[in-house]
Amino acid sequence: MAEAARRPLVEVRGLRMYFPITAGLFRRKVGDVKAVDDVSLDIFEGETLGLVGESGCGKSTCGRAILRLYDITAGSIRLDGVEIGHLGQAELRRLRPRMQMVFQDPQASLNPRMTLAGIIGEPLVEHARMTPAGRLERIYALMDAVGLNRAFANRYPHEFSGGQRQRIGIARALALNPGFIVCDEPIAALDVSIQAQVVNLLEELQARFGLTYLFISHDLSMVRHIATRVAVMYLGGIVEIADRDMLYSAPLHPYTQALLSAVPEPDPEGESRRRRIILVGDVPSPARPPAGCRFSTRCPRVMDICRRQAPELLPAAAGGMVACHLHTLQDQPTAGRTGGPRAAPREPSGQIQQGELR
Amino acid sequence: MTELAPAPSAAVAARAPRSQWRDVWDQFRTHRGALFGLLVFGAIVLFTVIGPSLWTLDPKFIAIRARDLGMGADHPFGTDQLGRDIFARMMAGGRVSLAVGLTAMTLSICLGTLIGVVAGYFRRLEGPLMRLTDLFLALPLLPLLLVMVMLFRESLARRFGPETGIFLLIVVAIGITSWMQTARIVRGEVLALKEREFVLAARSIGTPPRRMILRHILPNVLSPILVSATLGIATAIITESALSFLGLGFPPDFPTWGRLLFDGVDYLQQDPERVIWPGVFISLTVLSVNFIGDGLRDALDPRIRGR
Repeated sequence: MAEAARRPLVEVRGLRMYFPITAGLFRRKVGDVKAVDDVSLDIFEGETLGLVGESGCGKSTCGRAILRLYDITAGSIRLDGVEIGHLGQAELRRLRPRMQMVFQDPQASLNPRMTLAGIIGEPLVEHARMTPAGRLERIYALMDAVGLNRAFANRYPHEFSGGQRQRIGIARALALNPGFIVCDEPIAALDVSIQAQVVNLLEELQARFGLTYLFISHDLSMVRHIATRVAVMYLGGIVEIADRDMLYSAPLHPYTQALLSAVPEPDPEGESRRRRIILVGDVPSPARPPAGCRFSTRCPRVMDICRRQAPELLPAAAGGMVACHLHTLQDQPTAGRTGGPRAAPREPSGQIQQGELR
Repeated sequence: MTELAPAPSAAVAARAPRSQWRDVWDQFRTHRGALFGLLVFGAIVLFTVIGPSLWTLDPKFIAIRARDLGMGADHPFGTDQLGRDIFARMMAGGRVSLAVGLTAMTLSICLGTLIGVVAGYFRRLEGPLMRLTDLFLALPLLPLLLVMVMLFRESLARRFGPETGIFLLIVVAIGITSWMQTARIVRGEVLALKEREFVLAARSIGTPPRRMILRHILPNVLSPILVSATLGIATAIITESALSFLGLGFPPDFPTWGRLLFDGVDYLQQDPERVIWPGVFISLTVLSVNFIGDGLRDALDPRIRGR
């Protein structure tokens, strides 16, 4: 993609999503599950940002919080320059056409009592003023775009295979010409041959409609295939963001290194030389994350400072951003305390960009 | 791979999405029990609605000389201890019983579904509404009905005339004392449905709560609602009979199936058919409605449809 056009479409700053833990007779709040804890990231127009991490690290919650399917605890989310972090659901409703979601489980995310035409047409009914004939025409166009036979319009979700159901979910997400789509593990519930089809479809649609994706997945090879940049999450926080090639060839954070070392190599010779980094211990509870660096309990290269002070996500010398004392101490010895801008420097983008919506 | 082929197979030309109710009817027709139920229920309704205009004997006409007759050509079901024609009384009574059953059931289902859906969907209202449900469940129903009838019978009778007034009173009394089970079942289903991903998907589209309930929640809780509805008709008819038996329902000379049944109990040994006829009609109504509900439930579920 053109380097000049790197305009952030989505800017997330300090996003926190805590779920309260209640206990006792009076449901007193005794703590929080810190599912997403201080996440900041930019998603540039037209790119695919891969969000990877092990299960339970808060990837999906992060994706849903960015779309404001939850009431976030703190932080700011800007979509195309518009702050949506603390809007009410009524105001959000007007912005919904610009951001959509593809869900993980295509079976569960489709209402079993609605026909395919009803499911794909629901966003149109909600947001677009269309005659029934015009709506049907649009539904057919969407079905063509995702490769579904028009004759299926009257069928119900249970009559489709997993891959077809995911196509229905994608068609529904595309219905209103959104600019930004969160793909929440769209391929996790599909088998491998179908995964390739769906990922290719997503790429094709991106090229055709200029979409921006946040692609959440735990499948590292698939993310390598589709993403332009990759963010690695661990226990509710982002530990590293970098361009795909940089991250896969030279991971900086010890967690990223361990994660990537688990990806099997198709070449048997390379596979025999692959050295796995085995992490010991379990992921700490997000209700009581460890002091200092979140990864300090399992990090193979842990230092004293890691247990006392949390590293900030700062630009690394090689490019990308990493939250690790190993790199910040070497590269910028004083940066840890002064706490400059957390993100890469960028131009203030206050203007509201009008999306192309119908 | 998924590139658009020019006009993909025009032979399988897209039919316009057809109405769901056509599919429902097609499936309903394949359910033999439901069709039979519909037939029987239709026959009973015709019997009570059209019957009186064909069989013109007055159900309240007392012919004391012709009392306690058995079945015969003049009186197909015989006569009672006052010489009233039981055939005519069955028709007149059926009208009232069916009307009470259907209306009270509709009222109780609407109330129960409304409270159940609201309690399940809106978290803030769940506590108060479910405690209200518990309160109603804890009330002893018969004494409550008695008090209601005592309090409101006179004023309603003056306002709407004796028969309409009592009808309204009984329907409302039965309706508002039998919605609790439905509310509880519906609330449980809604709580489970609310966490399903397609509800989240609808939220990501921006569907407001009202349409979320109508489009996504209600169609998916239809099965338990239909089951309660079919059972509710039977309960309503029986409760009305019990009220009439206690002398708190319709006036004594006003026939309903329940009253005919209870009047016949005294003559059980003498004329068993005086109990059997209303009993058979009540049972047939309940049974046929249950079968219809069963067929409807299957027909409304797209996963079962087409099997």
